[in-house]
Amino acid sequence: MNIKENIKTLIIEKPLKLDCGQTISNFPLAYETYGTLNENKDNAILVCHALTGDQFVTGINPITKKDGWWAYAVGPNKSIDTNKYFVICANVIGGCMGSFGPSHQNPKTKKIYGTEFPVITINDMVNAQVNLLDFFGIEKLFSVVGGSMGGMQVLQFVSNFPDKAKTAIPIACTSSHSAQNIAFNELGRQAITADHNWLDGNYTAKNSVPDKGLAVARMAAHITYLSKKGLQEKFGRKLQERDDLKFGFDADFQIESYLRYQGSVFVDRFDANSYLYITRAMDYFDLVKQFNGNLSNAFKKTKTKFFVISFTSDWLYPTQENKEIVIALNSIGANVGFVEIESDKGHDSFLLDVPDFLKTLKNFIDKSFKEKL
Amino acid sequence: MMKTEYKIIASMIENNSSVLDVGCDNGTLMEYLKVNKNTNIRGIEISKEKVQTCIAKGLTVIEGNAELDLKQFPNNSFDYVVLGQTLQAFINPELVIKELLRVGKKAIVTIPNFGHWKVRLNLLTKGTMPITNSLPHDWYNTPNIHMCTIKDFVKFSEIIGFKIFKSLALKKKNISNINNSNLFFKNLFGELGIFLIEK
Repeated sequence: MNIKENIKTLIIEKPLKLDCGQTISNFPLAYETYGTLNENKDNAILVCHALTGDQFVTGINPITKKDGWWAYAVGPNKSIDTNKYFVICANVIGGCMGSFGPSHQNPKTKKIYGTEFPVITINDMVNAQVNLLDFFGIEKLFSVVGGSMGGMQVLQFVSNFPDKAKTAIPIACTSSHSAQNIAFNELGRQAITADHNWLDGNYTAKNSVPDKGLAVARMAAHITYLSKKGLQEKFGRKLQERDDLKFGFDADFQIESYLRYQGSVFVDRFDANSYLYITRAMDYFDLVKQFNGNLSNAFKKTKTKFFVISFTSDWLYPTQENKEIVIALNSIGANVGFVEIESDKGHDSFLLDVPDFLKTLKNFIDKSFKEKL
Repeated sequence: MMKTEYKIIASMIENNSSVLDVGCDNGTLMEYLKVNKNTNIRGIEISKEKVQTCIAKGLTVIEGNAELDLKQFPNNSFDYVVLGQTLQAFINPELVIKELLRVGKKAIVTIPNFGHWKVRLNLLTKGTMPITNSLPHDWYNTPNIHMCTIKDFVKFSEIIGFKIFKSLALKKKNISNINNSNLFFKNLFGELGIFLIEK
């Protein structure tokens, strides 16, 4: 099967000046849509994906054959109801599901980019995605929504394009990547580059895969997406298919086995260099600094109605960091609602079956759609 | 059915003004003001559940605590800030009043009157902390840690130094003005005091 048959791609001809200084043009942006764009073209929702997400938000992902990453929230009659709304999601540039990324061939050298690929920022990702609005003839999105790195894109999108979204829903995110966030990302990158199969990023040309390093990166990151309480309740000290400890280094505990599994399935669908690039983009994200220390200035020109959502057990992007966004918006009299949802599922709460979250998200979206904003 | 209290509050608010409802509960007053007064209305509410109810009604509400979270609003952000029957529940009511008057050009504060005759009689005859319709809690589980009377609030305005523009006493559905000459009686018979104040 040719993977590319299942991937819709927009070739962006217009040159895009990246934050790193390089300019790219004629590059592919892979995307997927769900639902139907109405006649007025005012029912479009741009969904922005997180670090390891892709454009296949819901339904069966044609590449992995598994449920889309946000199947709980997006689909017919769900929070983001595809019977009513036209959902667009693009694979971020730097990614590995069809959009321009480090696994692509450099037309000049005819070699795979690897680490020769330009460093991408959240700002670059958003500036690439906005081309989809022109492509579909959408003047203004009804909403721009995303969790985690998706939330950062939401903030950047509204800041860059203050009149292109009626509503914005940044979820479990931050306006400025913290030292702890950067530290965890660096741990992941070090795991990848320490894998002797990484070969300075040229692994594909040499038929090699740094899957051990990428799996360790995923395992470490996965722990940060869960809460201590959630882990304890799900796994505790339960043993993996054995009655007693084996006095060795096999996966004695279920949590070990679970993490190893998470690592192993991840390497099948994700590119190690993309992981380096996207985590770097997250680390470089600092909307506060971009506006000289005053986050409010990022949103000065916008009339967009915001709804910020955080989760009680999210220690990766804790409530306080989400509240900073609310505070910045309130201090300029912007229209912002905020709620912290009770959940012990950690940062991953936004991806999982958390009924209070899904219900509130739906209510906000449906009510706002009826309003004349 | 609309509470009389809310109708009085609404009558104090000019059309098309901006309003912050502090402790907005399930958003009943917010909805009323939005529809009847065409206000640009925001709410702040401490209960997650109630915030979600408000969001479901299409209201713009943030989860927060007036003592900690009003500071994010700049001076004079709103034409009116409303605080309905919650002043007595704060650890520091003085700070909250000052914050209301900083954030709002005007504030509307309502207080359950601890000087009501039933409350007084309850304590006098039973010798236990009063329990009435408007104060249904026991002393050990009440959220109301700083109860005051209508008279206390009037004195409070002199101590803190804010102006009372309008003061009304509510007894069942009876509304009456409070002034210096009838303060003694209003403090005895009013169940609720409603004050429009300014710094």
